[in-house]
Amino acid sequence: MSEAVLQPAADTVAGLLQARLGPGCVHQNTVDGIPTVWIPESRIVDALTYLKTGIDRPFNLLFDLSAVDERLREHRAGLPQADFTVFYHLMSLDRDEDIRIKVGLSGEFPHVDSVTGVFANANWYEREAWDMFGITFDGHPNLTRILTPPLWEGHPLRKEHPARATEMDPYKMTQEFQDAQQESLRFDPAEWGMTAHAAHTDFMFLNLGPNHPSVHGVFRIALQLDGEVIIDAVPDIGYHHRGAEKMGERQSWHTYIPYTDRIDYLGGVMNNLPYVMAVEMMAGIEVPPRAQYIRIMLAELFRISSHLVFYGTFAQDVGQMSPVFYMFADRERLFSIIEAITGGRMHPSWFRIGGVCQDLPEGWDTMVRDFVDYMPARMDHYEKMAMQNSILKQRSVGVGQYSTEEALEWGITGPSLRATGCDWDLRRKRPYGGYDQFDFEIPVADGGDVYDRARVRIEEIRQSLRIIRQCVDNMPSGPYKATHPQTTPPPKERTMQDIETLIHHFLNVSWGPVVPPSECCMMIEATKGWNSYYLTSDGGGMSYRTRIRTPSFPALQMIPLISNGFMIADLIAIIASIDFVMADVDR
Amino acid sequence: MEVAFIMILPVLLGAVLGAAMLIWWERRLLGFWQDRPGPNRVGPFGLLQIVADVIKLFTKDDWVPPFSDRVIFTLAPTAIVAGMLMGFAVVPFGPGLAIIDLNIGVLFFLAMTSLAVYGVLLGGLASNNKYSLLGGLRSAAQMVTYEVFMGLSIMGVVILTGSFNLSEIVRAQEETWFVIPQVLGFAVFVIAGIAEAHRLPFDLPEAEHELTAGFHTEYSAMKFGLIMVGEYLSVILTSAMTVTLFLGGWLGPDFLPPIVWFSIKTGLFICFFVLLRASIPRPRYDQLMSLGWKILLPITLINLLATGAIVLSMEGAA
Repeated sequence: MSEAVLQPAADTVAGLLQARLGPGCVHQNTVDGIPTVWIPESRIVDALTYLKTGIDRPFNLLFDLSAVDERLREHRAGLPQADFTVFYHLMSLDRDEDIRIKVGLSGEFPHVDSVTGVFANANWYEREAWDMFGITFDGHPNLTRILTPPLWEGHPLRKEHPARATEMDPYKMTQEFQDAQQESLRFDPAEWGMTAHAAHTDFMFLNLGPNHPSVHGVFRIALQLDGEVIIDAVPDIGYHHRGAEKMGERQSWHTYIPYTDRIDYLGGVMNNLPYVMAVEMMAGIEVPPRAQYIRIMLAELFRISSHLVFYGTFAQDVGQMSPVFYMFADRERLFSIIEAITGGRMHPSWFRIGGVCQDLPEGWDTMVRDFVDYMPARMDHYEKMAMQNSILKQRSVGVGQYSTEEALEWGITGPSLRATGCDWDLRRKRPYGGYDQFDFEIPVADGGDVYDRARVRIEEIRQSLRIIRQCVDNMPSGPYKATHPQTTPPPKERTMQDIETLIHHFLNVSWGPVVPPSECCMMIEATKGWNSYYLTSDGGGMSYRTRIRTPSFPALQMIPLISNGFMIADLIAIIASIDFVMADVDR
Repeated sequence: MEVAFIMILPVLLGAVLGAAMLIWWERRLLGFWQDRPGPNRVGPFGLLQIVADVIKLFTKDDWVPPFSDRVIFTLAPTAIVAGMLMGFAVVPFGPGLAIIDLNIGVLFFLAMTSLAVYGVLLGGLASNNKYSLLGGLRSAAQMVTYEVFMGLSIMGVVILTGSFNLSEIVRAQEETWFVIPQVLGFAVFVIAGIAEAHRLPFDLPEAEHELTAGFHTEYSAMKFGLIMVGEYLSVILTSAMTVTLFLGGWLGPDFLPPIVWFSIKTGLFICFFVLLRASIPRPRYDQLMSLGWKILLPITLINLLATGAIVLSMEGAA
């Protein structure tokens, strides 16, 4: 609870930070148990530098950075006065610890010092915070719009910005407006930090995307080329921005679930998981074991589905035509299972606060078992067809390489991190939702190149199959939904027998559940890396702030670092190996 | 050396219809290998798919980009098809069954396929599009390179026959097909042939995953259709030449007429082309170049030297 402000022990990181910064630190208690420290805004660079370099086993991963518009928040007793809060979620893999630093800012359009000098990946996160909230980060090298178009007016995540079309005047597009928009799209190398000439060459600028067969969605990269060699690559995102975080503030806790499916649209119910787990943690709901197993089984099925798409398109992007067809056929088999269980295919929206939507249908175990028996032989086949192909190896080994340190500096997580030799898998290190009951290995590679990123994902498919088999073998019996009153929709069996259940049912179905004022961040090992939902409840039926941290967003920011100096064909292989989804980037 | 005018029409029709059929056949075959049906809706077995495609291409808006070099842009697809069709003039489909039995048939074939390269190159340049430009650049480097090996790889056959005449070459294979003594030349010729036809795995000038459609990005309607037909013509021509030069041409047991043998061999070789497309990834541009200059060139030269030395020593012995 936010009012319970505590004093940390001196040997904890929060205590060390307090000793370093002196008075002025406020410690906030959050449901997720992550030490949360409010520090004076002038000390932010100092504090992050200290945490990154000044202590042993440092916090070297800036996991997330965003802001909260605090102006309409009612339940914030004990917290420092602030109109806006910028929060910095740091992680130390060596300590297996997190810390959340917050700075409270006052004023209509406040300023805070940029931390891009401390963490490289803060660049895009700060641009996003500026774009969404109008908070200026002093000292940021390129504080421009990132998700909204260049001429967008307003900052969408501010509370005064309309969230529905009905709150706005009818939309009109004048000729001047259209001309201005067109004009703003004119390419000027200087705006992108590129020069047109060098001592002996004129460079060519190639606009790759937003509509290009290999950028997997609407993603644009401006390339500065010398022949076919890439001098500089500047990614441009925002073409898939739908305001998912803003929608979270106007949907009930329950009705937001379908929106999460569409964040990483290849991940299906995997997206529901961190969201419903965060809500459950805030509401204090215990999920019954059967529901946990069902969730894990479906999440792993979707991991396979997502990795199969990765595998096929990866092979296709290096010019191998056939694998994608075989893998999509396998994915189709998988979807027929998903369909039998959930009724949906890509976006089942099937997890519920407190459990899952329905119990498993009759005969589900035969279907799943058949699939689990069928896949390993196929994987061997693909291994021979694609991964052992010498041309594919030539195209991918040693291309787009980065080290563990670089990965952490840029916020790379998940399989792309494990391809560099770091064995951090949240399912193993922080077993959530019942993963501690499963026996599986964490595939790791040590090259950190395109080939290894593919290698790790392919091995993960086999491990997911293992987990799914254990789900089938050990599926517990019992309810598939918690009996907690906030479970939505609540179990219906007893609604006609006692008035209390009927009232809960009626309220939860008509209004949706009310979650007590609290903050909670839940992160999971999603298909593409670490995905977290940081929810703030102000005691209402809707979220006060929904922060979605996705693995794809920081991955794209790193493209220039790993592709400069390579050729266009390598860039395509690198893009394919990142395994991103534009909806996951732009949200 | 007379021109058999009566042959011109059948060969032209055969080649163009064959190329059109090949579009359907390739898609069906790829479908078969990729666990999917392929085009099977229009007419029996989807055979009328080509007709539908041609009607579609003819009725599409034939857009010439205002920023392009209109004349060259329009001529380029024609050059591709014309070059390939000319190449068919010297192919001996059976004994005496060629439009013209040139005594420099091999050279004529090489010259005509080189002409088609101009089409690709100029089409890419005239489009005035950066992707086309990159495609054009790649094709210039790739095709000029592989032209060299293509020519050199056939020279072994020429040495063994002592003639540039294609019918002579076929007749010289009555004992053994040249694929056996000239296995290296055969391998290089096939690789160079794929590169000439710029098909996967050597489709770098197009490389849709990198350059959208490469040199023909800006082409639409029947100009695009011509480029497609040109590509398939070159597949047929390369297959026909491989059969002629290395696989005994029309030769075969007597129970089938020679032209049928020729067609069967060519057809099988075309299927091999499609299979390659279905199975192999695309190397990078510089890797393709280094494969050419560092591996294929020495192989062809060694092959040429060895063939020459053996022929000379046998003549010396005789």
